[in-house]
Amino acid sequence: MTTARGGGFGHVLDLITRVRGVRGAMLVAGDDGLVVAEQLMEGIKGPAVAALAASLGGRLRRAMEAAGLGASVFWHLQADQGTLLVVPAASGVLVVAVAEPDVNIGLVRLELLRASEAVA
Amino acid sequence: MADDVRALSAQLAQDPQSLVFLRLAEALRRKGQLEAALRVALNGLERHPHLADAHDLYARVLTDKHDYERAFDEWDMALRIAPNHTGALKGLAFLYFKVGDLAQAEAHLELAQRIEPDDPSLAQAVAMVRGGAAPPAPGAASPSPAPLPPPPLPDAPAVHTETAPVAPLDESRVFAGLEGAQEGLVLLDAAGRVLGGALRNPAGADVTDAVAAYLAGVSQEAARTAKLLGLGSWSGLSAEGRHGNVHVSHPSKEALLLVVRDRGVPLGRLAILAQRATAMAQRWLERQV
Repeated sequence: MTTARGGGFGHVLDLITRVRGVRGAMLVAGDDGLVVAEQLMEGIKGPAVAALAASLGGRLRRAMEAAGLGASVFWHLQADQGTLLVVPAASGVLVVAVAEPDVNIGLVRLELLRASEAVA
Repeated sequence: MADDVRALSAQLAQDPQSLVFLRLAEALRRKGQLEAALRVALNGLERHPHLADAHDLYARVLTDKHDYERAFDEWDMALRIAPNHTGALKGLAFLYFKVGDLAQAEAHLELAQRIEPDDPSLAQAVAMVRGGAAPPAPGAASPSPAPLPPPPLPDAPAVHTETAPVAPLDESRVFAGLEGAQEGLVLLDAAGRVLGGALRNPAGADVTDAVAAYLAGVSQEAARTAKLLGLGSWSGLSAEGRHGNVHVSHPSKEALLLVVRDRGVPLGRLAILAQRATAMAQRWLERQV
């Protein structure tokens, strides 16, 4: 069961949530961490997760630029019971997926990149 | 089987350089003691990084743990070392089948069949893939209903759970002997203070402090994000950049370890490098207490 908002981007989020093992997806404004659109499992606090994902992504981006690695094109946080996967779109929007720990990372990454092109 | 494990553990303790770790890790894997198998395989891989069988073994354990991305990297590495390694070919075929790439699955099995034409299991696996059924997982494990406690392991990395000390430190020795210790590995405390290692940008300039400053607080934010999502404890943060990849892990509650490599090193491989560096950092942090 999911909660959804930001209907105009529903088709973009569908690209991600149809992958087996994905629990939900979000579009987050990278600069202020606000939710642009979401399709999340009930019980997940979208706004709080969005704010933290944006902050974490910002730190990572600055660290990578300082290291001379250029902008990050994909990052994922691995945890015991799941994973958070993020692709920053050219527009500054973060395309975010929350997934099971054994999800096919390569496949989700591919769909996140496709979604990021759609929102760029 | 328990006696096997004890005997093999004793043999390995007696001669840590021997290849008996291959048999020990496989025995543990078959008993379903995956964490112990993982530690043995990883220790063996540290000692024998160019042994294809060690990568194959590690990949099988990772597959049992459903860590398919890293398993893929390990089997890929095994094939780079030994292009005719049928275990790796079968493993990759299994993973390709899992992602729905039947053509690649079949191609890998056929190649294995050409190398070992008398292996009946390969003909059977090819037939299964052609029929749309999954080939058997390489060396499928059969977990024991009541696993025994893990055996003592030679040089097993101790898990550090206390707060990292901040002084006095011997920075030069944290990653002694590890590839990239002075250009692509850095250990930080919670405040972003550099405990060891160093980072250089592609032009060769030292960027350790600048990067460390941005990473201060990442551990807490990652922990909060994982908690909010109900994901449990975070274990790693991987990022792909335009000119290189990074992996962040936490060898203790507050310490942070950053591994940086160029884009030629895939994220899965980077995570393995980070695991080794994390084990070294944990041992080093323990010695500082």
